[in-house]
Amino acid sequence: MKAASRPMIEVSGVSKFFGSFQALSDVSFSVQDGEKVVIIGPSGSGKSTILRSINRLETIDRGRIVVNGMDVSDPKTDISKVREEIGMVFQSFNLFPHKTVLENLTLAQTVVRKRSKKDAEEIAMELLRKVNIAEKAAAYPAKLSGGQQQRVAIARSLAMNPKAILFDEPTSALDPEMIGEVLDVMKNLAREGMTMVVVTHEMGFAREVADRVIFMDHGRIVEEGTPEHFFTSATHERARLFLSQIL
Amino acid sequence: MSENPTTHTPIAVGDGAAIPHKSDAGLFTAWRIAFFGSILLCLFLAFGRPDQYLAIFKFIPDGILVTFKVTVGGILLAIVFGLIAGLGRISSNRLINGAASLYVEIIRGVPLLVQLFYIYYALGRFVKIPDIVSAIIAMAFCYGAYMAEIFRAGIQSIPKGQMEAALSLGMSRRQAMRQVILPQAFKVVLPPIGNEFIALLKDSSLVSILAVADLLRRGREYASESFNYFETYTVIALVYLIMTLFFSKLISMMEERLNEGR
Repeated sequence: MKAASRPMIEVSGVSKFFGSFQALSDVSFSVQDGEKVVIIGPSGSGKSTILRSINRLETIDRGRIVVNGMDVSDPKTDISKVREEIGMVFQSFNLFPHKTVLENLTLAQTVVRKRSKKDAEEIAMELLRKVNIAEKAAAYPAKLSGGQQQRVAIARSLAMNPKAILFDEPTSALDPEMIGEVLDVMKNLAREGMTMVVVTHEMGFAREVADRVIFMDHGRIVEEGTPEHFFTSATHERARLFLSQIL
Repeated sequence: MSENPTTHTPIAVGDGAAIPHKSDAGLFTAWRIAFFGSILLCLFLAFGRPDQYLAIFKFIPDGILVTFKVTVGGILLAIVFGLIAGLGRISSNRLINGAASLYVEIIRGVPLLVQLFYIYYALGRFVKIPDIVSAIIAMAFCYGAYMAEIFRAGIQSIPKGQMEAALSLGMSRRQAMRQVILPQAFKVVLPPIGNEFIALLKDSSLVSILAVADLLRRGREYASESFNYFETYTVIALVYLIMTLFFSKLISMMEERLNEGR
């Protein structure tokens, strides 16, 4: 890891309000190139909100977020440029239902990256093979299981050659027997050195893959550290309670 | 409104002819009786009573063509107006939003016949265009306001995650709307637009009060020459009925084909 280089994602002093409810208060952390950060915490703790702030699906009220050298919190920044470089995988997959699996992967490549149809399709097929679903290239998303849809969604995100991928509870909407296949794809990505920020409840994944675990509660970062530290000797009361309930 | 929940928010728009639904067997039978009954009755009148009726049938075809032109031209232009105003209604730009909302509110608050007169004569005062074009513009301007609400509801019925996914891939809002949201919204709005088409087909008879020789106007011309009012309007009503029933069937078949793709 290049310790001296600028972080891929730098979140500093971020606060956000929904009306009078404070969703985030003074959240700061950074993600280095190639690092895998897992954010956990009870529901309503702000973990999805901070993740969605990184590519400005949520706007923030205070603080600064810099991604790949671009200031996301500056309204003048062309946010599309940031989003081109940062993939996002959603809990509800959000595949485009009117497009085939292949077209789901080629759309942004041709529209945003201006690749030719042929090039885009080649890249798409290669990625579909990588996530083990090439045989469904011509199918519509509705014909796929949840696990298959999520793998396609990951491939769709990869098709843009992102510098980092944000995962927003990628397995929470899946039936238990399909969680493994999606986590396997994510673990492969991690091994290949993809920069990943993952909001999840999958503690096994966090333990195995994360370089760092961030625990959030009530819009604040309560505990941050290596998985070993976090799972064996969490210092904060709230984190210990959460772990005892979930493990 | 439908009892069983569907994937999309149902859009309730009245006023069109009933579009037969596959599940609605009773209605489907009614469609058959009405459609084939009307055709048989026309044939019977034309050939069974040729001295009274055949001349009417020979007199009205160019009126049918005009009615068809006004309806198709009207609906296409109304879709354009409706899409623009519908997008305006969901715009975060206050000026655009305000203008679109004002258009919808004003149009929906004035009777169609009054609007037709007004727009027709307003256009006639400032520009020289053929009567039928003025009529089409006037119809489309009115129907565009209703269409705007259909498009607005259709676009808003697409789950938020679709826009978010498209934006996350680096697409601009405009690209996401064009590539992701509108193609999906189109499927949702097709049934209500079909309804509007049928409604417009019937309302197109209002242009007969302007100098446009549509089906109803041709009927009036014939009736006032021949004094066969009852016979003429019987035929006119039957022809309208056959047209609306034909198109509602066509639209329901299109819907079914669209749904097969899913």
